[in-house]
Amino acid sequence: MLLKVEGACKSYGALKVTQDVSFAVRDGETLGILGPNGAGKTTLFNLISGDASLDAGAVYFDGETISRLRPHERCRAGIGRSYQVPHPFGNMSVFENLVTAACFGAQVSETEAWQIATEVLESTGLREYANKPAGSLTLLNRKRLELARALATRPRLLLLDEIAGGLTEPEARELVDELKRIKARGTTMIWIEHVVHALLAIADRLLVIDFGKKLAEGTPDEVMNDPEVRRVYMGIEA
Amino acid sequence: MKNTILVVLLALVAVVGGSMPYWGDSYWMYEFVNIACLFIFAMMWNLLAGYGGMVSVGQQAFFGLGGYLMLALANLAGVNPFVAIVLGALIAGVLAFPVSKIAFRLNGGYFAIGTWVIAEVIRLTVANIDAVGGGSGTSLTAFRGVSRSFRENMTYWVALAAVLITLVSVYLFLRSKQGLALQAIRDSEVAAESQGINVARMKLAVYILAAVGCALAGGLYFVSNLRISPDAAFSVNWTAFGIFIVMIGGIGRIEGPLIGTLVYWLIDTWFSDYGTWYLIGLGALAILMTQYLRSGLSGLIQQLTGLDVLSTRRVLPDEREQSRPLATTKASHV
Repeated sequence: MLLKVEGACKSYGALKVTQDVSFAVRDGETLGILGPNGAGKTTLFNLISGDASLDAGAVYFDGETISRLRPHERCRAGIGRSYQVPHPFGNMSVFENLVTAACFGAQVSETEAWQIATEVLESTGLREYANKPAGSLTLLNRKRLELARALATRPRLLLLDEIAGGLTEPEARELVDELKRIKARGTTMIWIEHVVHALLAIADRLLVIDFGKKLAEGTPDEVMNDPEVRRVYMGIEA
Repeated sequence: MKNTILVVLLALVAVVGGSMPYWGDSYWMYEFVNIACLFIFAMMWNLLAGYGGMVSVGQQAFFGLGGYLMLALANLAGVNPFVAIVLGALIAGVLAFPVSKIAFRLNGGYFAIGTWVIAEVIRLTVANIDAVGGGSGTSLTAFRGVSRSFRENMTYWVALAAVLITLVSVYLFLRSKQGLALQAIRDSEVAAESQGINVARMKLAVYILAAVGCALAGGLYFVSNLRISPDAAFSVNWTAFGIFIVMIGGIGRIEGPLIGTLVYWLIDTWFSDYGTWYLIGLGALAILMTQYLRSGLSGLIQQLTGLDVLSTRRVLPDEREQSRPLATTKASHV
């Protein structure tokens, strides 16, 4: 198991955002996370990436507990993440965004970082924007940059937070192709996504969250046919 | 190529500037030292706020400490005042560590006001130390028996060296890997942290570095002016002028403080006799700049001429863009 979350709990005041959630992800696997808005999906990511701290429970990465590590340490350990609302380094160029991620996330020299950044630019289709300020990008390209920057940290586990939201159909297809290539290289992924068909095109297993609790977990077929999931998530009465 | 030009330029400044005591007027040397102090101070404020995102209104704390530490070391411990400037700056850097523990608990506007409060606390504390003259201050006596021209020349050279060293080290720092981290933190702390950057350590390092720089400027200023008082040393005006210089020149740009200092010096020379109106004018100019010219004069110059001599940008050479003129049209229907 590359990642294991055990009994994760998190509350903001009286609001229990994550309640006793446990799951695991195998090396090379892609796990999709589904759930209504406000179900606590992003909080789950924050608990894995270290942006939020656990109230109870534990997170193990590659067999070791990382519950107490700070976000930058988890990134260096091999967990790369994108944010639902893109956080580009706006005054830096796209290329510099990636060089920075490679320098500090992958912890390589700047020369090597240039190489990684150039590769990632090619593979994510951002080559022509390389020297543009990241703040000037369109939403689509900001989302691409979000993915590209996470990739430049050379992650073993990639956390993707709704990177297909707001994309047109052809754009989403292109994104899925890109993710398939990343998956083929052996990168483990967890993908939170509302665009279900995009998610189904790549996920090996699904996890459904509702009101901070795990509602279902299993293969896409099992989960999508689960009566409870159909009722809660898709509004279909079984 | 660009590096050669920079080195030649620096060497030229060092030679022409360095020989000034042999051909220049002592009034100009005194003027230069004062301006040099403001310039170093502004460079540090730019590093803190423009790159590190830490808008401090309390950098006068370290300017004043630099002055007082220099004076105490020179007057009370008999250290050579020029050596005392450097020692004082280093001690101020050490003191910045515990100060940061308090200041870093605050964010944004609270941080700004918090740093100011800390500076006031230090001012009041120093004003109660009789050994350095208490509230009315004291004079630097360590130069007794030293000839005036020697003192003036030395002060000038030290100031020139301090300016060049500050400029070169800030430039090299921003061009290094750590410089990338600092710019990333400026743009988004959350993202910087998630890309493997130790944000807390980086900010602490910059805060301490800026404290050392401001203390250096303070020590130098009072070596040149020979008289210190808590009100002069810990005046919030130091930070106000520093902010003005950075705003006019261009915040978050290395050449910003350089151009800003020149402009400030010109305005100060021509208009400072107008008293309050002069200050109102400075304030109005700063407001206009932040409203209409965020990148400052250096940004404007760069836009108009395309010159970006002190750039720390990493540019990916684009051998493919020229051979793919249709790149943009392709992207539009992806």
